[in-house]
Amino acid sequence: MLYAILCYNDEDVVWSWTKEEDAAVMGRLAVVHERLAKKMGPSARLLPTTAATTLRKSPEPIVIDGPYAETKEQLLGFYVIEVENLDAALDVARQLTAANPGGAYEIRPIALYNPDKRVP
Amino acid sequence: MTDMGWINGAITGARPAAIGALLRYFRDLDTAEEAFQEAALRALKSWPANGPPRDPAAWLILVGRNAALDGLRVRARQTALPPDEVLSDLDDVEAPLAERLDGSHYRDDVLRLLFICCHPDLPATQQIALALRIVSGLSVPQIARAFLVGEAAMEQRITRAKARIAKADVPFEAPGAVERAERVGAVASMVYLLFNEGYSAGGDVVRGPLCDEAIRLARLLLRLFHTEPEIMGLTAMMLLQHARLAARFDAAGEAILLEDQDRTLWNSRLLAEGLALIDKAIRHNLPGPYQLQAAIAATHSRAVRFEDTDWAGIDALYAALERMQPSPLVTLNRAVATAKLHGPEAALSMITPLEERLSGYYYYFGARGAFLAQLGRLAEARAAFDRAIALADTPAQAAHIRRHLDGLMRSA
Repeated sequence: MLYAILCYNDEDVVWSWTKEEDAAVMGRLAVVHERLAKKMGPSARLLPTTAATTLRKSPEPIVIDGPYAETKEQLLGFYVIEVENLDAALDVARQLTAANPGGAYEIRPIALYNPDKRVP
Repeated sequence: MTDMGWINGAITGARPAAIGALLRYFRDLDTAEEAFQEAALRALKSWPANGPPRDPAAWLILVGRNAALDGLRVRARQTALPPDEVLSDLDDVEAPLAERLDGSHYRDDVLRLLFICCHPDLPATQQIALALRIVSGLSVPQIARAFLVGEAAMEQRITRAKARIAKADVPFEAPGAVERAERVGAVASMVYLLFNEGYSAGGDVVRGPLCDEAIRLARLLLRLFHTEPEIMGLTAMMLLQHARLAARFDAAGEAILLEDQDRTLWNSRLLAEGLALIDKAIRHNLPGPYQLQAAIAATHSRAVRFEDTDWAGIDALYAALERMQPSPLVTLNRAVATAKLHGPEAALSMITPLEERLSGYYYYFGARGAFLAQLGRLAEARAAFDRAIALADTPAQAAHIRRHLDGLMRSA
């Protein structure tokens, strides 16, 4: 089954990491990614919410600066994984947590998945 | 799992909001700073054991406020401090406080804190030093090294700045719209000055991180005022310029001109963020000097090779900047684009009237020499290059002009 793991954390904290701290977290994550390689689909790290723009789909769509939701923790990235069930998905999230503490992972089963259609 | 790196990040990240709120309670910078310091110490003890709190800023504000009030009481009555167990049981009270922090208070607290640091009574060097100490939480020795002064001198500079602020009138009520805009403007120039301190130091390990800190403060400002196109522009400009860091110097530490830089060394993450921000800013159709400078940097960033540079776009952006913020330096920069578009003759006649005002300026004579050389006026070019060498601030600048001179000798 396909799941999305949505990564939430306080971006004030994450973007306060020094280059060394950032590199250390990314290094630890790379080890976990390698270990989970057979289950990993695409993943992404997002730029800060200050770089975000929101289009509200009212009849006349309006463009708003900033993220859709003003929350204490922000959506900072996501994974797509393929595992047999929720327990296995939680196990993946636990392994990621050990490498990258703080915040929360939201595990969301995927209803429809369209693979990358870009021509290489 | 709780990790010391995360805890340090959480304390640093929460610092502006926490000190800003403590300043509102105590209306005294030293008390707010000491209260925060005490709260941070307790966090280092409590968080590894109990796990980090949901809202680090709220935790630090509450613990800091209690600790400072206890301190005041102790000083008043010589009573004992309550044991740490009492203070660590904060989860119940944290939530409602955190709710209150979400609103406009938080925003105005941080803005007030930043604004106090760039109080108009303070000279620019004191503004930056104070912001680095109070808002960023750098230590006095760190700041002293970054500004190439002794620790005692920096300590004195910060103490003097605090004393001036204590005497100045600091408004604690929520600012009105006009005043808020003025504060944002003052803070933006302080952040830009801070960035320039780091940028002019290039790849220097001690001073270079000032750029990172300026970008962090700009992102903070942008989070508070996320619809301000000039704050987007300021942040974008700094990101786009900082993205070039790895390409700006050769192995010997000599500056590499934009046209000679290896563009694959530009930091793609910083570029992406900078370009996203300038795109957002331009949609507002409210141009300002920071946006124009960011747009110029963005135009350079979008050229895959130097030859692909959109010089007409750059010339138009400099023309707009000239109208908005007339300065001989802007005209000098514009002349480089003009030379590419209309040839060296046009560029030369554009900068010649600036000679009196830029007579002590290395770049003026460097550009003048280059235009003259392109026109084949070699003797005049050599004279201009000689003056540029005499005015060079660094051996790298002088070496750069010498290479031009060598080129002249070969073509002569």
